[in-house]
Amino acid sequence: MDRNPLRRQLQIMRKSFFDQGYLDEQFVQLEELQDEANPNFVEEVVTLYYRDSARLILSIEQALERKPFDFNKLDAHMHQFKGSSSSIGAKKVKAESTQFREYCKSRNREGCTRCFQQLKKEYATLRKKLEAYFQLARQAGPMETACRPK
Amino acid sequence: MAVRRAEEMGGYGHSDFETEEVHVLAVDDSLVDRKVIERLLKNTSCKVTAVDSGRRALQFLGLDDDKEANGFNGLKVGLIITDYSMPRMTGYELLKSSVFREIPVVIMSSENIITRIDRCLEEGAEDFIVKPVKLSDVKRIIDYMTADFVGGGRRVINKRKLRDDSGDRSSLSPPYTIISIFIVNTGFSHQTSQNGKL
Repeated sequence: MDRNPLRRQLQIMRKSFFDQGYLDEQFVQLEELQDEANPNFVEEVVTLYYRDSARLILSIEQALERKPFDFNKLDAHMHQFKGSSSSIGAKKVKAESTQFREYCKSRNREGCTRCFQQLKKEYATLRKKLEAYFQLARQAGPMETACRPK
Repeated sequence: MAVRRAEEMGGYGHSDFETEEVHVLAVDDSLVDRKVIERLLKNTSCKVTAVDSGRRALQFLGLDDDKEANGFNGLKVGLIITDYSMPRMTGYELLKSSVFREIPVVIMSSENIITRIDRCLEEGAEDFIVKPVKLSDVKRIIDYMTADFVGGGRRVINKRKLRDDSGDRSSLSPPYTIISIFIVNTGFSHQTSQNGKL
């Protein structure tokens, strides 16, 4: 464990994301692409993810207000959202996306609406955790060596 | 990367690998995925251009409707890696487009559908990566695409040929006749680089 207390806190926080299923192995892939030349790579990707997600969430919300539902369109939006969630390792969000797409395939309006509320919750939780994480990372300062747990 | 003059190029005498960098054209409509694939490729010492659609890929290669086929782009593209599911032009449609006969194409997709994979490989895709893309996926592709040069062998590109089950490339016939400058210069079809290494 790192001697720096902030960095130790960061490691504990990070570990909890994996233990509690918020993040999966793909997040580690991103971390491994971060280096001295690209010291903020992970945060940059995650920031793009927020931007992309905001757009897609809005599109889906609007689509869910239309009657009747255009399930193909909803599925298309969610396919994109699932894709980017998968690319950053957002495990729970990805799982909700998969569930949503199942409801689209079975033309289940109620299922889609319910599932989307759950998805937004998971997304908001993840975002809050990651924002706190990167903020702490900035306070903790750069690592001397790349010795990541897991 | 310097622009190469026409007289320096020609048939099989010119190597992409003198600069030791493969120029990869990445095509993906997802902002997040473009950023990731770009970093993955740079991490494997590739030069990368990332575009957001098949249309833009064609434009980059100087092969869209507005230009003639000899719109030579000074930055030779040695590999195209494209997402499958894109609006307007899918990765599969991009692959089918005859202009890519001499540039190897790798397809990426989040959906692990056997029929989709088979169709892409039958249409001549070099490989198919299931997303999310990992560093090991990219390394594997770059490694085996450049491996032929280490032994001094000639690269045979799997274009428009049915792959047999063993993926044995010796059964594939040689690349197509080269008819334009830009195609000549995508030179994987070439013998050893200076020291047999990349």
